[in-house]
Amino acid sequence: MRKHRRPLLVLTAVASALALVATGCASEREDGAAEERNESEPFIFAGAGDMRSLDPILASDGETFRVARQAYETLLRHEPGGTEIVPGLAHDWEQSDDGTEWTFFLEEDVTFHDGEEFNADAVCANFERWYNFEGIYQSQSVSYYWTTLFGGFADNDEDLDLPDPNFAGCTPEDEHTVTIEVEEYSPDYPGAFSMIALGMMSPAAIEEMEGEDIEGDPDDPAYPEYSQEVGTVAGTGPYEFVDWDHDAREVEMQRFDDYWDEDRAAQIQTIIFQTIEDENARMQALQSGDIHGYDLVAPADVQNLQDEGFEVPERGVFNILYLAFVQDDAGFEEREDAAEALSDPDVRRALAHAVDRQNIVDSLLPEGGEVATQFMPDTLDGWSDDVPTYDHDPELAEELLADAGYEDLTLDFCYPTEVTRPYMPSPQDIFEFITHDLEEVGIEVEPDSYEWTQYIPHTESGGCSLYLLGWTGDFNEAYNFLGTWFADYRPAWGHDSDAIFDTLDEAAAEPNAEDRVALYEEANEVIMEELPGLPISSSPPSIAFAPDIDPPTVSPLTQEEFAETSFE
Amino acid sequence: MLRFVVRRLLQLIPTLFGLSVLLFAWIRLLPGGPEVALLPENATEEQRQALRQSMGLDDPILVQYGRFLGDIAQGDLGVSTQTNRPVLDEFLTKFPATAELAITAMIIAVAVGIPLGYFAARRRGGLLDMAAVTGSLVGICTPVFFLAFVLKVVFSEQLGIFPSLSRQTPGIDATSITGFHVLDGVLTGEWDAAWDAIMHLVLPGIALASIPLAVITRMTRASVLEVLDEDYVRTANAKGLHHSTVRGRHVLRNAMLPVVTAVGYLAGALLAGAVLTESVFNFGGIGQFLYQATQERDYPVLLGFILLIATVYVLINMLVDISYGLLDPRVRVR
Repeated sequence: MRKHRRPLLVLTAVASALALVATGCASEREDGAAEERNESEPFIFAGAGDMRSLDPILASDGETFRVARQAYETLLRHEPGGTEIVPGLAHDWEQSDDGTEWTFFLEEDVTFHDGEEFNADAVCANFERWYNFEGIYQSQSVSYYWTTLFGGFADNDEDLDLPDPNFAGCTPEDEHTVTIEVEEYSPDYPGAFSMIALGMMSPAAIEEMEGEDIEGDPDDPAYPEYSQEVGTVAGTGPYEFVDWDHDAREVEMQRFDDYWDEDRAAQIQTIIFQTIEDENARMQALQSGDIHGYDLVAPADVQNLQDEGFEVPERGVFNILYLAFVQDDAGFEEREDAAEALSDPDVRRALAHAVDRQNIVDSLLPEGGEVATQFMPDTLDGWSDDVPTYDHDPELAEELLADAGYEDLTLDFCYPTEVTRPYMPSPQDIFEFITHDLEEVGIEVEPDSYEWTQYIPHTESGGCSLYLLGWTGDFNEAYNFLGTWFADYRPAWGHDSDAIFDTLDEAAAEPNAEDRVALYEEANEVIMEELPGLPISSSPPSIAFAPDIDPPTVSPLTQEEFAETSFE
Repeated sequence: MLRFVVRRLLQLIPTLFGLSVLLFAWIRLLPGGPEVALLPENATEEQRQALRQSMGLDDPILVQYGRFLGDIAQGDLGVSTQTNRPVLDEFLTKFPATAELAITAMIIAVAVGIPLGYFAARRRGGLLDMAAVTGSLVGICTPVFFLAFVLKVVFSEQLGIFPSLSRQTPGIDATSITGFHVLDGVLTGEWDAAWDAIMHLVLPGIALASIPLAVITRMTRASVLEVLDEDYVRTANAKGLHHSTVRGRHVLRNAMLPVVTAVGYLAGALLAGAVLTESVFNFGGIGQFLYQATQERDYPVLLGFILLIATVYVLINMLVDISYGLLDPRVRVR
């Protein structure tokens, strides 16, 4: 009889022993002074997606930029926690009156992670490299930010339908002074010089990258090895890359001990960026101590996390979520009727009056969110207090639809699944709220959902009549919002308006800030009159940290510098 | 014995051949054909033509199938549209994670299930028996992802005993040789890393083991009960053989035959369960990757992974057949 009991006893004993040892390990981890922890313990931060490339010029997504920002630096940067442009690798800069010559006075004694010296030649090596990109490097899906900020290339690929280059040359004036010339003034400057996509890469690394082509399809490129394996790339930032484990989905970085700016040097020795797609899993990982911070906290979790002692600092608001009304079927035959209906301005106005935006802001968005009256946040110059507004008024909406002859309107409505964006914490919930509002006024909604990587190309090509999307500003300039959407005709809106395009063109060519701001205000008024879509909200995306972490200053541009972080 | 193994290996060929036909047909039978799956909805006729030409879709179906087989034979399973890495490379780097997890789950299921089922049968109607029967019913009924979630909340969030995700603590000093973290830790003598990997395996291992554990417990119990009633057990007892000889040689060995078969089939269920468990624990194996591939409509990965997983499944079943032969000599004779 006793014999039979023994296996159970042994099992229980082993399990208890395992539990004891494990608990011991956990409590040991929590001990130790902050400084010692800074040296010995890695700081682990979870994002919602993998970074795409170690070379930031090849990327255009926030996850890549978050990591890249720790390893690379730009000529100019944003003040911590704000949107003002402040010195970066250049301690001073000046522009010519016509805005076509930008002279930068560079910091001295700056070295790259590979020991190369940072100077005027290094700056030019970077600009010349980007300007001379060939083949698939010129594709929008590879060098989006170069084409957005500096137009085309030295030798544009005919198949890719690229604009003329706006870059006119880079000249080293002396070892630490450099002038960058552009063909025409653009409101994107000087903001462009703060874009991490244009982070400074070591000239030695650039030489090594030469001749490494990008294979595959322009829309679906196979990234070159130097951008996927640590070893070639080198920036000047406070951290340098140590390892990118694609399978474990972790990027490990180490403090760069020869960093030039003592005041901004990294505190923690090792920092790891991990990908955890699911927002619940990210929260659980923080609660169980597996990670020390994560981005894109679900608004519903903020209060819980704060109650449990976690830090959830509030970022400033610098984004827009909108609902697009697509007026051109772009070859999607099944959308023909919907596109025709949406071409009627009264139908668009009816939709705007139908949606209860305040309810979305109050119920689904983080604290600090607000209804957007136009396609940019109110903190930007160019925001107009004289735009037509569209209050929630279902009766008026019904009336407008009836007058336009669209009492039985059916519209397809797309939303992305399995994704959280800084401006859109829970796409499906927002979709359901809006659908409810539209059905209230008699519109039949055909739901259509896509995974994020499918969603973007599908909506861009005009595949949806209504869809949700948004934008977080790159820098403090209204054109970064308005120009992104309405500079010219795009199938994503199907809205053809000379009034909007011309006003924005004029603004883009206007070097005088005051006049430019007046033009932005005018553009906002025209856009809200014509209503190519409905701006829904601006809201601060939440970020969370463990109680024993001294977090970095959070940024409305989501440009946190993790060098500021330390254990407490 | 060797002839038996060779014969079973040869039998793999028609199985895999049939599978390749099914997979080839599947991608061709998608509404509108592969070009609809691969191109945007508003693609022009020229784009469709270009894709058909580049994929050779206008060739006779047999030529296309021959090319498909030729590519597979050379290990060319295409390139993942998500990561742009060859499908075979993706599989080989992610397989150790899933294999390690599945082996852990199987060890838990067998090590707990067989003794539990055996003792439940020996003391039929007793407390242990009732607990085992009820427990295994609950085990079968509980969705894997739900159990995974509960385990995570209790043992990771609340008690803080086990880590809540991934295979290894980020930044740990560990050398990778085989990709099997526990094995690597043992081979290199990095005991910290091996222990860390084991700790990371416990919760997903238990979650994944729940269904096989329940099945094995119930099968062992039923099978032992059946064998206990057999004439040869009564005869063995009657002729005065020692209890342990009767139990070991006559009862357990005979009772194990259906259980071993079940273990083979359960290996397939483990791979399916891994899709959910790995996603909950961010485990980074083939299950999680396959899930992402369905989300992103990554057809080359879906095709390649299904083919490779099926091959692994068929191989496991072959091993089960061979072990069957060891347990029951009659199998070899036939």
